[in-house]
Amino acid sequence: MNIGFSAADEHFRQQVAQWMQEHLSGQYNELRFRGGPGDEDFAPGLRKQWERELAAGRWVGAGWAIEHGGRGLSINQQVIFYEEYARAGGPGRMGHIGEGLVGPTLAAFGTPGQQQRFLPAILSGQHFWCQGYSEPGAGSDLANIKTRASLDSESGQWLISGQKIWTSLAHESDWCFVLARTEPGSVGHRGLSFLLVPMAQAQIRVQPIRQLTGTSEFNEVFFDQARTAADNLIGQPGDGWKIAMALLGFERGVSTLGQQMQFQNELDEVVRIAKANGAAQDPIMRQRIAQAWSGLRVLRYNSLRMLSGVQDGSLRPEATIYKLAWSTWHLELGKLAMDVLGPEAELLAAAPYELTRLQALFLFTRADTIYGGSNEIQRNIIAERALGMPREAR
Amino acid sequence: MELALTEEQRMIQESAERFLAQVASSGAVRTAMAAESGLDHTAWARIARELYWPALAIPEEYGGLGLGFVEVCLLQEQLGRCLLPTPFFATCCMGIPALLLSRNQGLKNLWLPRLAAGEISASLAWTSAPRWDDSGVQVYAQSCAGGYRLNGQYLYVIDGAECDLLIIAARTPGSIGEAGIRLFAVSALTPGISRQQQPTLDQTRRFSTITLNDVVLNDEHLLSEPGLGWPLLRDVLHMACIGLAAEQTGGAQKVLDLTLTYIGGREQFGRSIASFQAVKHRCADLMLAVECARSASYYGACIADQCLNIDGDPSAQLQLAEAAATAKIHASEGFFNCAAESIQLHGGVGFTWEYDPHLYFKRARASEQLLGTPAFHREQLARHIFGERP
Ligand SMILES: Cc1cc2nc3c(=O)[nH]c(=O)nc-3n(C[C@H](O)[C@H](O)[C@H](O)COP(=O)(O)OP(=O)(O)OC[C@H]3O[C@@H](n4cnc5c(N)ncnc54)[C@H](O)[C@@H]3O)c2cc1C
Repeated sequence: MNIGFSAADEHFRQQVAQWMQEHLSGQYNELRFRGGPGDEDFAPGLRKQWERELAAGRWVGAGWAIEHGGRGLSINQQVIFYEEYARAGGPGRMGHIGEGLVGPTLAAFGTPGQQQRFLPAILSGQHFWCQGYSEPGAGSDLANIKTRASLDSESGQWLISGQKIWTSLAHESDWCFVLARTEPGSVGHRGLSFLLVPMAQAQIRVQPIRQLTGTSEFNEVFFDQARTAADNLIGQPGDGWKIAMALLGFERGVSTLGQQMQFQNELDEVVRIAKANGAAQDPIMRQRIAQAWSGLRVLRYNSLRMLSGVQDGSLRPEATIYKLAWSTWHLELGKLAMDVLGPEAELLAAAPYELTRLQALFLFTRADTIYGGSNEIQRNIIAERALGMPREAR
Repeated sequence: MELALTEEQRMIQESAERFLAQVASSGAVRTAMAAESGLDHTAWARIARELYWPALAIPEEYGGLGLGFVEVCLLQEQLGRCLLPTPFFATCCMGIPALLLSRNQGLKNLWLPRLAAGEISASLAWTSAPRWDDSGVQVYAQSCAGGYRLNGQYLYVIDGAECDLLIIAARTPGSIGEAGIRLFAVSALTPGISRQQQPTLDQTRRFSTITLNDVVLNDEHLLSEPGLGWPLLRDVLHMACIGLAAEQTGGAQKVLDLTLTYIGGREQFGRSIASFQAVKHRCADLMLAVECARSASYYGACIADQCLNIDGDPSAQLQLAEAAATAKIHASEGFFNCAAESIQLHGGVGFTWEYDPHLYFKRARASEQLLGTPAFHREQLARHIFGERP
C-alpha cells in the first residue's frame, strides 16, 4: 500500500490544471461550478459546446483504450484528471452518459462496426446520450419492462413501442439506449434486448416532468413504432439484461473521485458559510461539519481501495457499498447545508422559483438515494451478493 | 497510489490469521481474562519470540525486520478479531513508535534491540485525567541536581502493571498547554514507580494506575528534544489511534461474521431469520460501517508508515492528525454498532455470558473511549477545518 502519486503523475496533474485554467475561461466562465446534479438543465447549449472544447483537448474518453480512440490513461491519471477537473470548477458533464456508460458498453459488447459508428461522435462531443431503462411499471423491479421491439421484415428495422420514464436529459439527447422486450411473451430478465435508438424522429415524443426542484431534467419518453437500424442492437437479442447490468457496473468507475471533488467544493461552501454566520461556533454544528468532512475522506479512501489492486473488472464485495455510502453521505450534506444557513435557507435566489446552489443541493440529494438503484435495493445487493444472505422472494 | 495489500502483506495477514485461529479461541481469551495479569503470556511469548511481530516495524540496524506500520496495523486487525489480550498494541503502537520518532540514539540502542528480540514489552503513561490532549499531562518534572524529579499519577495505562518499559510524559512545574512537556523512557522497575492494576468493564484490556514518587531521571532518559515533547507525544498518540482503529476494524468484522453465522442458522416463522429484509438491511449497513472503518484505518496506516520512515513522503506529516482522527471516529462507531447489533440479532443468547457478543460489545465501548471519543476527535477536526490553529 502506498498513498503517493509518482513524479510523472504529478507532472500530469499540472498539465491538466493548466489546461483547465486556460480553457475554462472567457465565454465558459459562467459554467464554472455549474451544471452538476440538481443543476443539470443549466445552459445545456453552452455545456455541449464545452464538451467539444474538451474533445478538442482530447479529454473526452481519455480513459478509453487507444484502439477505441481514447488516450489509454492509467487509473491514477484518470483519478487525477477527474480531481483537477472538479477542482477547477469544471461544469457537470453533458457527455457523461456517452463517455462513461455507452462507450465502455460498446467497447465490451459492440461489434467493430458498431464501435466505429458510435464511438467517434462521442469522442468528438457531437452526440449526446440518454438512458432508457425505467418505465412506469419497471423501477426497482427493472426486469418488469414492457416496452416491446420487433424486427420489421419490410424495412429491416427495429420497431419500438412503449413508454420510458424519468429519462434524464432526453430532451437534449441525440441517442437513447433502450432496454426493450424483443421476445414476445417473455417475462423477467429473459427476452430483453439492448437497442440504440436515434431520438430525432416523429415516432418518439419527449414530455418533460417537473421535478420538486421546479426544473425539468427528466422526462417521459413515448415510443410509437419508433425505428432504429437492425444492427443497432448490441450483443444478441436476449442479451439485454446482461448488458444492462454490466453497464451499471461501469458507473462505479474512476469518475467517483471527481464526484468527490465536487462534494468537497460543496462542503467547502458550507464551511465558508458556517464561518461567516457563526454556525462554526455552535458545538453541534462543529460536530456535524467534522463528521461530514471525515466522512468525505472515508469515501475517498473507499474509492482508492476500490480502484487499487486487481483490475479484472470483477465487482469485489467492498465495491457494492459505494452507492449506498456516497448517497447517504450526500443526503446528510444537503441537510447540513440548510441547517448551517438557518432561516436564510428559506430565501430563494429569485422569483418565481430560482433556487440557490445549496437549496438545489438540499433538494436534489433526495434523488441520490433513489436513482441508479435506491438505497433499499443497494442494501439488498450488499446483503445478498457481499454477505451471502438469502435472496428476496422475486 | 495503491491502497491494496502487497503479496507480502497478504502473507503476513494470512499467517497471523492461521496462528491466531490456533491459539486465540474464545476459551483462550476467557482464560486470559480471568488471569491475574489479564494477559495471555504464553501466546505473547510465541508472538514476540517465535513470530517476531514486535520486530516487524523496527529497522534492521536494531535487530528488527525493517517493515513498517502498515504491517503492524494488519496484525492489529487480526488481534482485534480474536480479542486476544497481549501487550502487542501498547508495545508496537505506542512504545516502539515513541522510540522510533526519538532522536536519542542512546535510548534507541538500549531498548529497540530488546523489543525486537521480544524480550520486553512497553507502554505509554501520560495522562493524569480523563482527557486525551495536552491538558491531561499533569505529572510534574522538577529540575534537580543531575536531572529531573518526577511526581504524580498516571491513569489508564494500558497493560501498565505488566510491561517492562514505560514511556512517560511529564511537564515543567508552572507550564500549561503544549509547552513544557517532556517524554522519557524508563524501566518500569525504576525506584519510585508503583503500579496498580484496575478492574475493568472490558476484561480483555487492562488499565493500570501508575504513581511516581520522587522518581529521579536525567537527560539520558529523555526521548524528546527541548520544546518538542508535545509534538513527539502527539504523533505517538496519533499512531496509537491508527493502530487502535485497525484493531477496532478487526473486531467489527469478526463480530459481524459471528452475527451472520448465527442468524444464518437460526429459524423462526419457518425460515432463516437472515432472510428477513429488516435483518438483511441492518447487516448491509454494518458491512458499510466495517468497510469504511477498514478504508480509514488502512489509509491512516499508510500515513503513519510514511511518518515513521526517514525516507517517507514529507507531506504525510501534515496529514497525520486528520488521518488519525478520521480512522478513530469511523472505526469506533463501526465497531460499536456492529457489536451492539450483534447482541440484538442474537436475541436472548446475545445477552448471555456464554456467547461472545458481549466480549466484543465491551471491547468496542472501551476502545471508543480510549485515546478520545469520536466527539473529541470531531472537535479536533473542526479546529483544523475552521483554521483555528496552525
Ligand atoms: C433524478 C432522477 C433521474 C433519473 N434518471 C433516470 C434515467 O436517466 N434513466 C432511467 O432509466 N431511469 C432514471 N431514473 C429512474 C430511477 O432509476 C428509478 O426512479 C429508481 O430505479 C426507482 O424506481 P421507482 O421510481 O419506480 O421506485 P419504486 O421501485 O416504486 O420504489 C419506491 C420505494 O420502494 C422501495 N422498494 C422497491 N423495491 C423494494 C424492495 N425489493 N425492497 C425494499 N424496498 C423496495 C424503493 O427503495 C423506494 O424507496 C431517475 C430517477 C431520478 C429520481
